[in-house]
Amino acid sequence: MSVLALEIGWGWMLAFKALVILLIVPLGALVLGYTFLLKMMSHMQSRLGPMDPGGFHGWFQLVGDGLKFLQKEDIIPEDADRRVFAFAPVIVVISTFLMFVVIPIGPVAIVANLDVGVFYALAVSSLSVIGVLMAGWSSANKFALMGALRAAGQLIAYELPLLLAVVGVVMQAGTMSLQGIVSAQQNGSIFGWSGIGNPFIFTQIIGFLLFMIAAQAELSQTPFDMPVAESELVAGYMVEYSGFRFLFFFIGEFGTATAFAALAATLFLGGWSLPGVHGLPAELLGPLVLFVKLMGVAFLMFWVRFTYPRLREDQLQAIAWKFLIPIALANIIVTAIIKVAF
Amino acid sequence: MAFKLPGLIGGLGITFKTMLQGAVTVQYPHEKEQPPARSRGVIALHEDNCTSCMLCSRACPDWCIYIEGHKEERPARREGGRPRAVNLLDRFDIDYALCMYCGICVEVCPFDALFWSPEYEYSEPNIASLLHNKDRLGEWFHTVPEVEPLEVGAAPVAKAKK
Amino acid sequence: MSSTEQPVTPTNASPDFNPVPDFEVAPGMQRHLADARVNVELDTGDMIINLGPQHPATHGTLRLVVRLDGERVIAADPVIGYMHRGYEKLTEFRTYPQVTTLINRIDWLSSFANEVPFVHAAEQLMEIEAPPRAQYIRTALTELSRIATFLLFLGEMGLQVGALTPAFYGFRDREHVLNLIESATGGRFHPNFNRIGGLKDDLPWGWIAETRNVMKIVLDACDVFEDLVLGNEIFQARTRSVGIIPGELGASYGVSGSNLRASGVDWDLRRDGAPYLSYPELDFEVFTHPDGDSYARYWVRLQETRESARMVLQLLDKMPSGPIMAKVARIIKVPAGESWVETENPLGQMGYYVVSKGGTGPFRVKIRSASFSNVSILPWMLRGVYVPDVVTILASLYFILGDIDR
Repeated sequence: MSVLALEIGWGWMLAFKALVILLIVPLGALVLGYTFLLKMMSHMQSRLGPMDPGGFHGWFQLVGDGLKFLQKEDIIPEDADRRVFAFAPVIVVISTFLMFVVIPIGPVAIVANLDVGVFYALAVSSLSVIGVLMAGWSSANKFALMGALRAAGQLIAYELPLLLAVVGVVMQAGTMSLQGIVSAQQNGSIFGWSGIGNPFIFTQIIGFLLFMIAAQAELSQTPFDMPVAESELVAGYMVEYSGFRFLFFFIGEFGTATAFAALAATLFLGGWSLPGVHGLPAELLGPLVLFVKLMGVAFLMFWVRFTYPRLREDQLQAIAWKFLIPIALANIIVTAIIKVAF
Repeated sequence: MAFKLPGLIGGLGITFKTMLQGAVTVQYPHEKEQPPARSRGVIALHEDNCTSCMLCSRACPDWCIYIEGHKEERPARREGGRPRAVNLLDRFDIDYALCMYCGICVEVCPFDALFWSPEYEYSEPNIASLLHNKDRLGEWFHTVPEVEPLEVGAAPVAKAKK
Repeated sequence: MSSTEQPVTPTNASPDFNPVPDFEVAPGMQRHLADARVNVELDTGDMIINLGPQHPATHGTLRLVVRLDGERVIAADPVIGYMHRGYEKLTEFRTYPQVTTLINRIDWLSSFANEVPFVHAAEQLMEIEAPPRAQYIRTALTELSRIATFLLFLGEMGLQVGALTPAFYGFRDREHVLNLIESATGGRFHPNFNRIGGLKDDLPWGWIAETRNVMKIVLDACDVFEDLVLGNEIFQARTRSVGIIPGELGASYGVSGSNLRASGVDWDLRRDGAPYLSYPELDFEVFTHPDGDSYARYWVRLQETRESARMVLQLLDKMPSGPIMAKVARIIKVPAGESWVETENPLGQMGYYVVSKGGTGPFRVKIRSASFSNVSILPWMLRGVYVPDVVTILASLYFILGDIDR
């Protein structure tokens, strides 16, 4: 296979791609964590956030935190189920890594261009539910158990709106492959004008909002952060985790936020593509464009996170089942009608 | 459960506006705020005025002032007078680990030997160093602010400035 | 360990909440039984958890032993006393100025308001009155401490319900009020400014103008809280119909202050009780809300914050000139007698019963604190609510542990 006119064996290519994913997830977590959790949240609360570590506006804070977590004592509660306890954060992080397999960052820069890209991405993102349940159960802590049960109910309930919101996009693009969706947006046109391509956010605005709400719930972020209700259960299912294992959960949380933001940017905003830019410039600019778009989406997610209070578990379920799913189904029907009729 | 949008959107607007307005953080220790002049930071001792009357020590709710003194004879000031006895301080310690910063000692002192100062940066790594002896208490004296004017409508202050 | 020894138990919400085991119990097990209230017949399906004493939702060291069925509370039991500091015993061995210093720390958020009823009781025994300027300044400082307390409440109730940002706004706007109190009294949290017969000092130059500015900031902050928290539909969904206190039941439990007014009972000691400070000369409105749920309590406190700001502006306009201390002896000996003064503190109704035998200090002081009675309604109120609602209810009742435990 050739990249930039160099011949590289597929084995080396695979290793390289695996390395990139292994780096992107913590790096994405770091960048999103710093920008939104430390700086944006602080400014929204009239304060500055970390300023000293690293000298310039505290950019080193999260790196320092990571190093701090690495050198902590590994504490496993006495009554905990040791193997399940140790394995739970690994599952949560694995599902994040797996999500990045299908997200394209350039015209050919994708780990595996699956034909069922969207389906695969959403299916794999729901693996983290098992990790959460394992964490809560094996912690031998009633608060952790309560958090895990809340999480299980919530995450499963919001899988459906997440999926149904994307069906409209798939129908409009005609393919489930993420590269195909990006090309459909890049090469499409709105009422004949192809100046900015056809980003699906305009036609699928309802789908976009549903996707954002459901993604917020999948990430356990306020207003859906009952599993990690800080002022009640003090970190819910993660409460017994410390040190390196907690770092896994943290990377998993923000890495999944990066993944969902990238997914939303790909599905609704055109991903790595800029209309009219093809070939080598697209390969070089692709990652940067995707990064900018995903930061925009993440800004919305975190903005909502830091403003709203949290919903109670039964209200949360009521919204998912009685409100979001009917709207998603209606969106699908309307999209289908418009697609067939026009 | 139908949501009316305005309340939710309004909330987003407020946080966005606050984000653009800038932070109110004072980056201590690079920047420091000056506390008001009356702020009860540390107590300064004017040793010359103290007569070891023990009023402050007795008035302290925590009994954190430790005073020891002795009497000495001074020669008469005028011809034919008798020698005076003066109280001299041996020990005047305030234990800031116990001090409640209530100010009763400063208030009851009849000889104006104790003053409040807004200085607050004297934390120590070990508790024993929080016992300030009389030399250290005297060192705080230069931080004691001037007596400030009172608000409009206050009764005029009877005693003169020290 | 004989099985007839009962572990020490607090009052129970239901009769079968704490059974005594009828077999030999090992010493370690005895401690666990006292702690966890394990029912030895092992009811299936119920879980007993401790909310506290170290918990972010209980404002201080309150321990709630709740028995849960899934997410519903079956019975709840507040265990208090983790912060008991022995105030009433401490006051037996201290003089009046020393007691004034100590009682600042009962309800530490509105500390000036704690001193007022005690000093008033002592002044009643001495049959002297503080001069009018001192009364006005006392009222202004009381209302300022009410504003400070309520700004914190408006922020941290949002925090307990899940929104992170209002808490910071509450603290940020409260700083201005604390700076005012500090510039007048010398201490931000513990002013220790009242003396029998008046106040310690007069106000510093420029305080009145500064206070006017700060009141504008407070009124703006109240608008922000109204938009950000009260108008937020998620907040309304979390607080409406949660923790309803019926008016007469609340009054019979001793609930007081904004909690009672939020249940529709129109009772405010500043207007309806025995006259104290300068309240008879002020023109203010008392707010009630018919619902009695957590939303109503938030609403009432928000309106009261605005009203306090307006009251402070009125006081500044009408401030008389003159001395701030009545003619009293240097060493004050309060004549023998008993007096009871109750005031409308930010947390509720606070009262002091001072027994004096003619010495330099009180013989006995009985402190009636607001939060102690406010918390007594928890076993009744928490039956059948969800766990997240427990947190909302605790936040909306707004008690301070120092006030409960003294």
